[in-house]
Amino acid sequence: MAVDTAETVIAVRELRTQFGATLIHDHLDLDIQRGEIVALVGGSGSGKTTLLRAIIMLLKPTAGSIRLFEQEIIGIGENAAFRLRRRFGMLFQQGALFSSLTVRENVAVPLREHTRLPLQQIAEIADLKIALAGLPADAGDKLPRQLSGGMLKRAALARALALDPALLFLDEPTAGLDPVSAGAFDELVVQLKQSLGLTVVMVTHDLDTLWSATDRVAFLGEQRVIGYAPMRELTQAEHPLIQAYFEGPRGRAARGQVCTVK
Amino acid sequence: MNPPTAAATIRHNTDGWRCEGDWTLDGIETLDRSLQDMHWPVGELQLDGSGIQAIDTTGALQLLSFIAGLEQAGHPVQLTGLRTEHQALLDLVCERLATAGSVTAPPPTLNSLERLGRPVVFHAIRAIEFLAFIGEAAVALGRLALRPSRFRWRALLGNLEAAGVNALPIIALLSFMMGIVIAYQGGQQLKSYGANIFIVELVSLTMLRELAPLITAIIVAGRTGSAYTAQIGTMQITEEVDALRTIGIPPMDLLVLPKLLALAIVLPLLTVFADALSVFGGMVMAQTMLDVSAGDFLDRFPQVVTPISFLIGVGKAPVFAAIIALVGCYQGFQVRGGADSVGRQTTVSVVQSIFLVIAADALFSVILGGVGLWR
Repeated sequence: MAVDTAETVIAVRELRTQFGATLIHDHLDLDIQRGEIVALVGGSGSGKTTLLRAIIMLLKPTAGSIRLFEQEIIGIGENAAFRLRRRFGMLFQQGALFSSLTVRENVAVPLREHTRLPLQQIAEIADLKIALAGLPADAGDKLPRQLSGGMLKRAALARALALDPALLFLDEPTAGLDPVSAGAFDELVVQLKQSLGLTVVMVTHDLDTLWSATDRVAFLGEQRVIGYAPMRELTQAEHPLIQAYFEGPRGRAARGQVCTVK
Repeated sequence: MNPPTAAATIRHNTDGWRCEGDWTLDGIETLDRSLQDMHWPVGELQLDGSGIQAIDTTGALQLLSFIAGLEQAGHPVQLTGLRTEHQALLDLVCERLATAGSVTAPPPTLNSLERLGRPVVFHAIRAIEFLAFIGEAAVALGRLALRPSRFRWRALLGNLEAAGVNALPIIALLSFMMGIVIAYQGGQQLKSYGANIFIVELVSLTMLRELAPLITAIIVAGRTGSAYTAQIGTMQITEEVDALRTIGIPPMDLLVLPKLLALAIVLPLLTVFADALSVFGGMVMAQTMLDVSAGDFLDRFPQVVTPISFLIGVGKAPVFAAIIALVGCYQGFQVRGGADSVGRQTTVSVVQSIFLVIAADALFSVILGGVGLWR
């Protein structure tokens, strides 16, 4: 693995996040390399989504350093933050599509905000992103409430991809999807990573996703990252929390499937 | 930091035509204009893609639609020399583009008759639905009367506090100011006739019979009716209303009846409170502007204000309360879809309840005048 030569896209150092008396992260370090799909896992309440929100500047950590594209984002200025936001896309857990806009208009929002392209061209780009996300041709004119759960996730993915970001964040991308849709979504993410050269950071509980789509998995526990390795190695880790997470019946079942397939 | 972006261009050199620069979202913003001024030779065109530094899906789309445009104009294009990864991306975009939709033509505009008819039918249906809702609420109220033990007292108490106690400061301030305004405006006229003492009649009757109930109802419609719509509307979106139904709690019982009863209790009380504060405001003004002392004012007050005037004012309040609560709840249940719908129905709820309150007030005037209770 060419980790040494690869470029570090996200570097988190000594991160500390605290809500009142509750300590979420303490001395948390994490490096994410360009072109990898990295999953954040851990038990409920281990601060996966909080870490994601800190990285995308929705939440200000108590202390520490986060470097995004080699730029420190703690205490970053408004303008620099705006430029940086153009370089990543985020897929929220519930989709978070604007309910009063059609899917095409939703995808066009970041384009209209960040570029000065003519509206006709923006609509064409939006249609391409909708197709890239695997939605049928008639989806662009629909309102979010007219879409099923799986299509909603794809529409949200299309919006996250609108600005051709180098970095994509996914919060529970397959939660609430049926196994077929979830599998197709995993494939889509891998395909997009390969053809667009994306770096993908996702929070997930889906063990099938972890086995089939990720390059590395960061395990959060005890307020920090207690394991960071490809899935196969991570499941061999000695740490009791990691053992408990992957050695449940579901964990073994998911691994068994992958082993027999390969 | 961001690497500097080289604008996407197509150049003509000795070997032919060559794409250069970053064919990315940043790079193509200036591309369109430069391509329009280009003079293309007749016949087949060799396009060399080896000068492309970077390409993303937007750039690929731009390149493909540019080539398609050329071919349509009678220039077959050969694109060569692309890096493998760029070619792969171009292929992916090309493949996905085949399934992509496009902006469909807007639906044909309606003719004027249809434009008139649609809203009429829409509002007629809504009006009938609202009547049905009132009926359902009445049935639920009847059920409750048979089995009062099932009533949700906790919800009632919460609503009493939110709609009543918490509204006291704003009602106090506004009705006090209303009293001052009426006394000031009327006092100017009375003074010119030397009829200063009639300020008591003017302020008391106007306030007790008409303005205090109306002002209170309008404030409560804006404050509480809108809150009812927004709360039920949000619960509708998050499927909480469906959850209640599934558990076996009729939404009518938990969400509507406590609100309706709370408002029916609280609005008359708030009206009495507004009566007192607005008459007090008039009294302050009478003393400072018209030299009618507080003692004189209070002496005359029971002589000229009959209990009937007071009771008519307070008696309207439960009707106003029913209008506000029912419209607020009904509009909440009309919410469909998402956040924008909550906003829309909340606006409708406030506008409708204020309209209906004023209409009901006018109706009261006509009816009470008809039976001779105008004083």
